[in-house]
Amino acid sequence: MSTIVEKILAAHSDREKVEAGEIIEANVDLVMLTEQLGRRIYRDWDELEDAVDGVWDKSKIVCVLDHWVPAPHIDAAEIHKICREFAKKYEFTHFLDMFAGICHQVMVEKFVKPGMLVVGSDSHTVTYGALNAFSTGFGATDIVICMATGRNWFKVPESMKIILEGAIPPLVYGKDIILKLIAKLTVEGADYKSMEFAGPAIEDLSIDSRLTICNMSVEAGAKCGVFPPDKKLRDYFRTISDDSLESLNLISPDPDAQYSEELELDVSELNPQVAKPHSPQNSVDVTEVEGTTIHQGFIGSCTNGRMEDFRIAACILKEKHTHPDVRLIITPASREIYLQCLNEGLMKTFIEAGAMVTNPTCGACIGGHLGILASKEVCISTSNRNFQSRMGHADSQIYLANAATVAASVLEGVITDPRKYV
Amino acid sequence: MSSVISGKVWKFGDNIDTDLIIPGRYLTIRDPIQMASHTFEPIRPEFAKEVAKGDVIVSGSNFGSGSSREEAPFVLKTIGIAAIVAPSFARIFYRNAINLGISLLELKSAPEYFDEGDIVEINSEEGTIINLTQNTTYQGTKLPPFLMDIINAGGAITAVKERIKREKGH
Repeated sequence: MSTIVEKILAAHSDREKVEAGEIIEANVDLVMLTEQLGRRIYRDWDELEDAVDGVWDKSKIVCVLDHWVPAPHIDAAEIHKICREFAKKYEFTHFLDMFAGICHQVMVEKFVKPGMLVVGSDSHTVTYGALNAFSTGFGATDIVICMATGRNWFKVPESMKIILEGAIPPLVYGKDIILKLIAKLTVEGADYKSMEFAGPAIEDLSIDSRLTICNMSVEAGAKCGVFPPDKKLRDYFRTISDDSLESLNLISPDPDAQYSEELELDVSELNPQVAKPHSPQNSVDVTEVEGTTIHQGFIGSCTNGRMEDFRIAACILKEKHTHPDVRLIITPASREIYLQCLNEGLMKTFIEAGAMVTNPTCGACIGGHLGILASKEVCISTSNRNFQSRMGHADSQIYLANAATVAASVLEGVITDPRKYV
Repeated sequence: MSSVISGKVWKFGDNIDTDLIIPGRYLTIRDPIQMASHTFEPIRPEFAKEVAKGDVIVSGSNFGSGSSREEAPFVLKTIGIAAIVAPSFARIFYRNAINLGISLLELKSAPEYFDEGDIVEINSEEGTIINLTQNTTYQGTKLPPFLMDIINAGGAITAVKERIKREKGH
């Protein structure tokens, strides 16, 4: 009678079964680090170093430089240098310096497997739940404890069952589903909880869309989002891994698993969603905000910088040009995605349409570089957070949307319903 | 570490996110004092200058939502904030703040009971908050003993260090 997360947490503890609300110690399979290593983690590590013999397992720590790459200023460059020296000193097996892409995309392409317990030094670590794993974000101190000991304490979250019903309409993606759910739940509606997805509509959701949904579960406050295994998941691992499918540790919930609440969403009625400034919970149908003037469009981030996003964006932008008052920034989430876009000719379409294509990085999403907003500017973005000042000036505004809506909007210079283009 | 905190109240609204506490563009600043000078800059640019050691934030629900940046509780601690009272906290912020030794007290309807500038006394062990200005006392949620141990050890790193030494001794 356990949920997916309860099963994974129990399997990583010394317990046969765990229940929501209990505080347990659990072993982690992987620890993911970003440039946070060179910000606070190495400082916290210094305090602990004399008590431990190096890191717990150098092959189970994955460090990806992604937030400010290549370094836009000296401070970032110094942080990168600290990361490189640390990785060398402790002989990290997996140190991916700048070229690989955004950590979360790299993790789902190369490292995460079903049934794993993964922690990372970034709140969007929750993304990996799409692959039937338990993953969550930690701050620097908790990460240091995992790096040293391979374990930490976890409060077993209550699980919410999110049942997706109906058939997914055209131009509606994982982004629209999660924005609608956050609007229903509010940004604290899933605080401390696991959002476990179920229902007939999930069969039709691509892995890319599931990654988007789990990625933004944290915007409802969730500790994690998680999908059950199915054929699409097995197919995903068949394409990215040489391991036999039998070796996958697929975790399904028990039929009589206990959920704190159930929430149903009929996706067949869903329109593309747009979240108005300054909160992801402010989402409305795109038709309600059509005509809003924009200055920048951004397609990228760990939320929506994948093939599903770039394919539909290119389909809309093909042989057209962005509005003269609007700039479009394209940031693929990983090197693999960048290469695939090149192979499919999508980058040519984007550049001919007037876009700037950047290297894979968090970049504009965190207001770090490659697309910072001036005062009074408005951006429509496929990223995850439209918090005040997130992408630049405190008086700038961010609207969150799927990639199709961003593509349609940059053509017209105002927020535009993408359905008229396809 | 002393579990009694006394200071002035600074009030904030609901869903205060980590980008408001410390915007992403300041996370690469290496000097902690300089980074902390930007605390709450998007909404209260004067805050970092005016706050005093031992002061307390009283906020609406879901304080600290958003990113996992430990810099958020870190800058608050650096400028002197000793405790935060709110109806609820975002999950990662909650762990981060306790790991750094900041007292967090959950109190339903907290913003209704305190005005900006009120002087309060907080006993984090007991979970009590006395509003000295208005002469009222409130009972917040006590930290579970497991987390109080972390606070009493002076933070999570010290607590783990002690545990590792104990385990090695066996």
